[in-house]
Amino acid sequence: MREFTLPSLGADMDSGKLIEWLVKPGDVVHKGQVVAVVDTSKAAIDVEIWFDGIVGALLTEPGERIDVGTVMATILAPGEEMPAGPEEPVEEPVGEPVGEPTGEPSGAGGVRLRVSPAARRRAAELGLDLTGVLGTGPGGAITLADVDAAGAARAAPEPGTAAPTASEVERLEAASPAERPALMRQAIAAAMSRSKREIPHYYLAETIPLARAVAWLTERNAARPITERVLMAVVQLKAVARALAEVPGLNGFFLDGTFRPAPVAHVGVAIALKQAGLVAPALHDVAAKDLDTLMRELTDLVARARSWTLRSSELSDATITVTNLGEEGVETVFGIITPPQVAVVGFGRLAVRPFVVDGAVAAVPTVTASLAADHRVTDGHTGALFLAALHDWLQRPDEL
Amino acid sequence: MDDTELRDAVVAELRRIAPEVDADDLDDRRPLRRQVDLDSLDWLRFLLGLHDRLGVEIPEADYPQLSTLGEVVGYLRARL
Amino acid sequence: MRMSYREAVRAALHEALVADPRVFLMGEDVGRYGGSYAVSKGFYDEFGPERIRDAPLSELGFVGAGVGAALGGLRPVVEVMTVNFSLLALDQIVNMAAVYRHMSGGQFSVPVVIRMATGAGRQLGAQHSHSLENWYAHVPGLRVVAPATVADARGMLPAALAEPDPVVIFEHVGLYNVEEEVGDWACDLTHAAVRRPGSDVSIVTYGGSLPKALAAAATLASGGIDAEVLDLRVLRPLDREAIAASVRRTHRVVVVDEGWKTGSLAGEVVAGLAEECLYDLDAAPRRVCSAEVPIPYAKHLEDAALPSVDGIVAAVREVCGA
Repeated sequence: MREFTLPSLGADMDSGKLIEWLVKPGDVVHKGQVVAVVDTSKAAIDVEIWFDGIVGALLTEPGERIDVGTVMATILAPGEEMPAGPEEPVEEPVGEPVGEPTGEPSGAGGVRLRVSPAARRRAAELGLDLTGVLGTGPGGAITLADVDAAGAARAAPEPGTAAPTASEVERLEAASPAERPALMRQAIAAAMSRSKREIPHYYLAETIPLARAVAWLTERNAARPITERVLMAVVQLKAVARALAEVPGLNGFFLDGTFRPAPVAHVGVAIALKQAGLVAPALHDVAAKDLDTLMRELTDLVARARSWTLRSSELSDATITVTNLGEEGVETVFGIITPPQVAVVGFGRLAVRPFVVDGAVAAVPTVTASLAADHRVTDGHTGALFLAALHDWLQRPDEL
Repeated sequence: MDDTELRDAVVAELRRIAPEVDADDLDDRRPLRRQVDLDSLDWLRFLLGLHDRLGVEIPEADYPQLSTLGEVVGYLRARL
Repeated sequence: MRMSYREAVRAALHEALVADPRVFLMGEDVGRYGGSYAVSKGFYDEFGPERIRDAPLSELGFVGAGVGAALGGLRPVVEVMTVNFSLLALDQIVNMAAVYRHMSGGQFSVPVVIRMATGAGRQLGAQHSHSLENWYAHVPGLRVVAPATVADARGMLPAALAEPDPVVIFEHVGLYNVEEEVGDWACDLTHAAVRRPGSDVSIVTYGGSLPKALAAAATLASGGIDAEVLDLRVLRPLDREAIAASVRRTHRVVVVDEGWKTGSLAGEVVAGLAEECLYDLDAAPRRVCSAEVPIPYAKHLEDAALPSVDGIVAAVREVCGA
């Protein structure tokens, strides 16, 4: 039997409120399946389970506010029996609090986490709950290094910043959709304050001609029904992912004092939630997907972001962020990095501007791409290489 | 379908993309994307919705003819 | 100066024979033949048959004679051809030499030094190839040492002769031809030694496995794993503090021991760590030992049965999660 715990759905989340269960005891669940909806201060998130099994007991009631790491449900392996309760199981009397973890869950109960003794001691010193922490040691055991990384990721805010006080937690609990904008504002404030406090940003920008990309895309879209139309924003996202593959130093996380490069680019797309702030859920492994797939996924992502039904993995695993303020007519955007990412790419307005081509001024559609990157991880040289690669990819839209 | 019904259908589709829109506040003669905060993806989803509902295919090249709500209704009327 | 392990043992013996008339060497073929491993070649002519004594093929007899001589005030160095044959003398070593000080209330001590070759790798067959150091390391009243470097081969014998109680010295057969630069060889019979400092994992070993552990550490270093190599040197009493200190630095441990795993010294090292350092361990310990078979004669089977550099590298990678 394994325990399903509330995962951290973002660097600043330490608790959430269960809105509803989408599974019941006895249901077969698969890795990646959405099993619950949890309200964070940012959004109602579809929470996925990260292993296969059969739902045993649901231990959290809808409406309950729980900390990250709290055991929400027990999951049985296929063929495993429900641990025998004092009486015949499952039929819980309505309204009765379920599964208070009184006493020890050993014996037929919970599986003990694989944690090295040294990691266990360090976690105790740090006061860290290790449920949900990914183990990288032998047999997937949680090691000292894993604990240190988790500790850094959940580092307490420094004095003088927005640590939630008891009264703020109470306000979160009482939050209704109408109150969300203010709460989201606070969450953004905390993340961005931390970014500006901790990350030494450097900024670069380049104006990129898009004549070829515009012509190619216009022709491509003209030949297709409206349902298969692709936006320039998707072309830009794919170009970013391709450029990152060539300049990987901007793609990953800065944790525990070291940069951990990510093997593929999960690109966080900044999505404005009309009147209610901003989220940046991830499109996964963008470089590996064709434009049509990306267009479909982006449409789906935006729709779900606006209806507050994002998935947990989308909100927590972006390895870089792209923000596009061109729609609003902005010339250039210089972003703020979302920790623990190390870079944010910005696109301004796509407009026809005077541009020198072959020694003569011509009217050319251009866009200004910008990069804000973490100077602890890379220098301007790396950033310049990235923008140059991005420039080149946008001249070859047919190869994206 | 008369013009009022057609306008109601367009506004309903618009509200699916931007629920905050109040139909009575929309000015049929002012540019739509100025009045309602629509980015290019919202716009495409809006046109996709009209396509599903009314069966009208709107090529990209025609976007400039669809600036105001009045123009959108007129464009659709001519093609229904 | 540069010398071989064999020359170091020989120089140490020669020095002791010259310096102290109470010292004599006794064992099978140590005299006219010059020693099974040629350690005492020429000594018979130089020191004569009274001090370089060829013994009959009776370990029980000549080890017992050595114990008696020590009780009588001499400083015998008894050479047993290999640890395999020493089993015939276990009664003299375990039941006599080790216990007299205790049983006589401190009136008698047995300052005998018993040297024996140990280990495999030279295709000598099972009856000449086992590593039974742990049998002796089990016994209170004995001090058991295993010189793994040329300097220790030079320094441990005089230190053993200075001890008032019996000392068993294990010389691994694979080391006799090893040549090293030797500077100051003076040493104690108390402490383990860090032969290669490292930060990621401790490889704890002794005797003939030390060169393998160091080779593994070099391979691992090129793969980004910085291994510390700790040479136990003294198998009884174990330098538990040094073992614990190393593991407290690295949090991971692999023990390399040519003995069989079951009931091994490696098991004793790991058990001690479990008792004293559990909360310093970041991964389950691993032991690299000989396969649990009589050591085979055939070269490829013998190689397969013994701890190997590749096996040590693999075990270290496993505990490092690499």
